[in-house]
Amino acid sequence: MAYLSVVALIPLAAVVFKSFDGGLDSFWNSVTSPQAVAALKLTLICSLIVVVINALAGTLIAWVLVRDDFPGRGIVNSLIDLPFALPTIVASLTLLAFYGPDSPVGVNVAYTKVSVVLALLFVTLPFVVRAVQPVLLELDREMEQAAESLGASRFTVFRRIVLPNLLPAIIAGGGLAFARAVGEFGSLVLLTANIPFDTQAASYFIFSQVESDNIIGAAAVSVVLLLAALLLLLFFGWLSKKALRHEQ
Amino acid sequence: MSSRGSRYLLRFLALGYLALLLGIPVALVFVNAFQDGIAAAWDAVTTPEAQHAFYLTMVMVAVAVPLNTIFGVLCALAIVRQRFRGRALLNVLVDLPFAVSPVVVGLALLLVYGRRDGWVGGWLAEQGIQVIFSVPGMILATMFVSLPFVVREVIPVLREIGTEQEQAAATLGAGSLQTFFRITLPAIRWGVAYGVVLTTARALGEFGAVSVVSGKLSGQTETATLFVENRFQRFDETGAYAASVVLALLALVTLLAMNVIKPKEAQ
Repeated sequence: MAYLSVVALIPLAAVVFKSFDGGLDSFWNSVTSPQAVAALKLTLICSLIVVVINALAGTLIAWVLVRDDFPGRGIVNSLIDLPFALPTIVASLTLLAFYGPDSPVGVNVAYTKVSVVLALLFVTLPFVVRAVQPVLLELDREMEQAAESLGASRFTVFRRIVLPNLLPAIIAGGGLAFARAVGEFGSLVLLTANIPFDTQAASYFIFSQVESDNIIGAAAVSVVLLLAALLLLLFFGWLSKKALRHEQ
Repeated sequence: MSSRGSRYLLRFLALGYLALLLGIPVALVFVNAFQDGIAAAWDAVTTPEAQHAFYLTMVMVAVAVPLNTIFGVLCALAIVRQRFRGRALLNVLVDLPFAVSPVVVGLALLLVYGRRDGWVGGWLAEQGIQVIFSVPGMILATMFVSLPFVVREVIPVLREIGTEQEQAAATLGAGSLQTFFRITLPAIRWGVAYGVVLTTARALGEFGAVSVVSGKLSGQTETATLFVENRFQRFDETGAYAASVVLALLALVTLLAMNVIKPKEAQ
């Protein structure tokens, strides 16, 4: 407990205290300054887009990895975790190499809002896949077969039988992806150019405030970011539990 | 659409998404690193600055991983095996580093250990200890972000193995230390190993938190990830890509270790 306090809890408490150093007014002014609002808005919107894409793509990938069989499936399966193992700055460079000005296929989205979404998609890829996979593995095939024998189309089977079973896992994975996306920093660094009012995400805004010595402003936005991550983590957890109960 | 047709379509979509997001970009980093030849890439990662950056990253790993492993096992034991006030709270607090942006981690350390802004930084500076903009602060940042992994991996294993064997050992007269080292630790070893691999990967790759507290002095407080950024911003693309390749190879080794350990953990 002492270790946890020295390393994590006391420093986080310091951020909260610092953000109110100039009183409630200065806290409010810091988080409602146009640049802070723009950065927070960009982060929230991009994170939501990323969660939706992850929910679709992650479920699809998990499905293909569990239900399909093709040569190299095992390798693809282990590569899913690569974004967790790869340093974020390398992820940034990686995406810039393919989607930047020197792209070999001529797709240049670097320094645009698209690049923010792209970076977040990269680092959050494993969450939904890894949450859905075990559930899909344990799912009883008999229910699906029964539905099919009763004349349900494969799409109906997926929508009425498979999807309700997967939903809690999709939501839980989406929640983790959201929390990660909101705070993400490293993968944005080389790719988005940190343009205020355009591609500057909240974490990057905090970073530039620290660099320009506006510590209170940085702390205030940090507190908002912390709260957003915690609340949404709790919300997704609650949603996932609700979906689980519904299914039982 | 025929059954086979839709299966191929789904497979094509899933693999296409992975290739565009993951496979091709990562492969391209390897290509770009060696575009001026292997010798140029080798020279770029063996300059004194590069060597120092990788050395410093190893220092981060060497300090943060053992400390977090010991803490992780103890914390997991406390959460699973003991009853005390605030146990549930501890369980939640341990996950906090996952929900906190790395930049906020850096700022948080600055506000406690910084010489001017920190709560204890001024006092530490009087004792001649500099934490922020030097190696101790970077180690703290690395410890912070990689804190939960071992705890999270060990808790389910501890729950699974139960306490029967431990109780049996205790009735046969084993002390608590003896029970831990002869019964508990062997039973949770693959869980610990998996947590250590994840902790190491995170410690190797940490960028945001370290970036805030390091001061980025090339050859002094620059880790491998900061080195990549520095090289890229100075238009030394070969240097940035070559150092990235080294880090990417380490990531692949991590993946390999995860794949070796995971099945053993499941047994």
